[in-house]
Amino acid sequence: MTESNIAIELINVDKHFGAVHANDKVNLSVQTGTIHGIVGENGAGKSTLMSILYGFYQADSGQIKVFNKDFRAISSKQSIEAGIGMVHQHFMLVDNFTVLENVVLGSEGGALISESLANARIELTRLAKEYGLEVDLDVAIEDLSVGMQQRVEILKGLYKGAKVLILDEPTGVLTPQESDELFRIFEALKKQGVTIILITHKLREIMSITDNVSVMRAGKMVAHRETSKTNPEELAELMIGRKVLLNIKKSKAKSGSPALIAKNLEIMNEQGLKRVSDVSFEARSGEILGIAGVTGNGQGTLLKALAGILPISKGSIEIMGETITSNNTLNPEQLRNLGVAHVPEDRQRMGMISEFTASETALLGYHNDKTINQGVWLKRASVKANCESMMEAFDVRPSNPNLMSSNFSGGNQQKLILAREFERDPDLLIIGQPTRGVDIGAIEFIRKRIIEMRDAGKAIILISVELEEIMSLSDRIVVMCDGEITGTVNGSDADEATLGMMMANALESEDSLKGAKV
Amino acid sequence: MTRERRLSWINGLLLPFLNVLTAFIATAIVFILIGVDPIEATKILIYGALGYDEGLGYTLYYATNFVFTGLAVAVAFHAGLFNIGGEGQAYVGGLGTAIVALYLNPALSAWIVIPLAISGGLLFGALWAIIPAYLQAYRGSHIVITTIMFNFLASALMVYVLVNVLREVGEMSPESADFIKASWLPFVHDVFASFGYKIAKSPLNLSILVALFFSGLVWFFLWHTRWGYAIRAVGKSNDAAVYGGINPKKIIIVTMCISGALAGLVGINELMGVQHRLFLNFNYGYGFGGIAVALMGRNHPVGILIAAFLFGILYQGGAELDFELQNVSRDIVVVMQGLVILFCGGLEYLYRPILIRFLAPIEATE
Repeated sequence: MTESNIAIELINVDKHFGAVHANDKVNLSVQTGTIHGIVGENGAGKSTLMSILYGFYQADSGQIKVFNKDFRAISSKQSIEAGIGMVHQHFMLVDNFTVLENVVLGSEGGALISESLANARIELTRLAKEYGLEVDLDVAIEDLSVGMQQRVEILKGLYKGAKVLILDEPTGVLTPQESDELFRIFEALKKQGVTIILITHKLREIMSITDNVSVMRAGKMVAHRETSKTNPEELAELMIGRKVLLNIKKSKAKSGSPALIAKNLEIMNEQGLKRVSDVSFEARSGEILGIAGVTGNGQGTLLKALAGILPISKGSIEIMGETITSNNTLNPEQLRNLGVAHVPEDRQRMGMISEFTASETALLGYHNDKTINQGVWLKRASVKANCESMMEAFDVRPSNPNLMSSNFSGGNQQKLILAREFERDPDLLIIGQPTRGVDIGAIEFIRKRIIEMRDAGKAIILISVELEEIMSLSDRIVVMCDGEITGTVNGSDADEATLGMMMANALESEDSLKGAKV
Repeated sequence: MTRERRLSWINGLLLPFLNVLTAFIATAIVFILIGVDPIEATKILIYGALGYDEGLGYTLYYATNFVFTGLAVAVAFHAGLFNIGGEGQAYVGGLGTAIVALYLNPALSAWIVIPLAISGGLLFGALWAIIPAYLQAYRGSHIVITTIMFNFLASALMVYVLVNVLREVGEMSPESADFIKASWLPFVHDVFASFGYKIAKSPLNLSILVALFFSGLVWFFLWHTRWGYAIRAVGKSNDAAVYGGINPKKIIIVTMCISGALAGLVGINELMGVQHRLFLNFNYGYGFGGIAVALMGRNHPVGILIAAFLFGILYQGGAELDFELQNVSRDIVVVMQGLVILFCGGLEYLYRPILIRFLAPIEATE
């Protein structure tokens, strides 16, 4: 390879955040016109590295070259000028603006917008044709499916002249089919000479789409490989530094009596929009019921209703002999008292309070518990002891109950939440995204614990957007799309293609441009 | 020292200190602009506030009011509510105190009358806060807007009550009759005198003990009871609170009642302690001052005690400045107060990035 072929070169890039060494003398070179994957556990420093490249942070030391020119970004402006575009995990789009308005945002030109809009329209039509990125330019973002919104982000980057596109976990919100579509776009972009940097933790994607892959671990770049000369096992081992068992062995389920029976549920979300309609299922003790689906197809709303956070508008839920209807509701505390534990989907916002200490977070939902209260007095010593025993049982590190919850890594936060919910010996566990944003070592640990709870005869309802997780844990799987159940399969019979088709049910029946409203 | 510890020191002590210092430097600039020597002014202010018995008495007397309103703002703040209505709650709370202190049987013992009069203040303060709280919790009207409006309503209501209901026949000024003797809180100088110590007369009265008592109570309540836990949970994360089975609507109502009740205690100091009658605008400025006190004291009772003392100094010292210096009026206190709010509230984290950067090399060597 010759010098001129290199799009991005990082030499000894170093970055500290206080005591944390986020990037430790990182070297990376990305060849022009290739798809380069960067994998690593959460907190390995991938996002920091890309943020340095995109001008959000400045490196403490080291050198960056973009197309063989020295480069130092103090804001994203320089990066855009140098030809770098970024598609964030959470889209940076204005919901009630049209596609065209969103793309022009930040490069409006003069005081009057009509001219720049007209110019943009011409340019975007050209780009869309060239790269196969057709989007209706006059539709508001909020009316587009997530996959389409992502296209807009990519278009936005290209419109601003990006020759290098960085995508941060782009498939997290997509169906397998939408992901395939995205990968086709990658190929088209590659043909036109665009360089793509793909940050992901899904090894399957790395294997199927990238040309080269770099692995990061604990701030260091530990390996560079040509994708064709490596395999997922090797990459996983490089990522965590030891062998891992992703597919956890489990015995056959000994299903008992139903712990929860949902009949014809209809549920509105917080905004009063119907997100779940006519959903019926039952969860049996000693069994894991997986609920699969693309984010935003009603599983989250369903989960909240089962946990007592949202009311149901039609149908009924029977839990432990109590029947919940639209008139007879139970709040989360009453459900906890019945033996229902809930691990929420959104760990940061719901499962914990980042500005509370670990011992206070370990109390959430149980602050009225008799064991820690004496009269009006909340017994600090018991609260602390309680948290310490949880931390020991679930190997939470650092095991300091006085540390702010926000200062734990994602995996340790999640372990603390699971400890809180598992240690009270519930009969029914409602678990949302147990391993989202959790490092691989902790994933293994968490999945084992979930299986242990099943084997102890608990009924478990598991919601996850990770198909692989659903498939490896569940004894039965129901698939949701657009608020309805579109399929039920036995865990042992499930395969990705079938589940994917079920998850995309609505995509096929509707106009594919507008897609499933997500 | 761990990074954790260091950050909490920075946030808890160093930042507020630097912020207050900046506010004072800005005040000094204002002094220079109006042709006053800032060092001279500082001397007068400090001596006036702390230099002699009477001055110190006044300082603590003002500080007492700021403790009540500061606590009121802080409690609401822990639930994520910005209670701007301390002014009105203090005012109406005074009415509650006055009703008890005017109409109870004068023959009753002070041991019965005083607690009842204090309860009257707590109750009326809470009642004045409950409507904005209800509107916030169940109707989505923003608490900042409604509490501000309720300050004006309180003003109008009190004028009406004083002019048309409580004013004595033949009396020209809008004020009530004198409270029954049993409701009078003893002056500190009288208490001292009864033990044989002679100190100068000042309006300082035993409500300062009430203020200390409630500071302790608020601390205990917020950090050592399950209700305090629930309030703080709602303040930090509404979603997490709901998940935990806490009803944020109820918490809003309860918290605002507590907040209003605390503000309602201003009347204990002003009316039962000093004036022994209800009159117009006895609450003037303390409700808003409480916001600055809570901001400066970082919503913690200990911080509030310190901040309230500082504001007492500013009030009393400011009065001395007005008296001593020709081209300074008492309004300079409002200017200082404004600067404290600006630097402690609005520009709270002004120095944080600098401090963090300054500490980075120290951390790197650890």
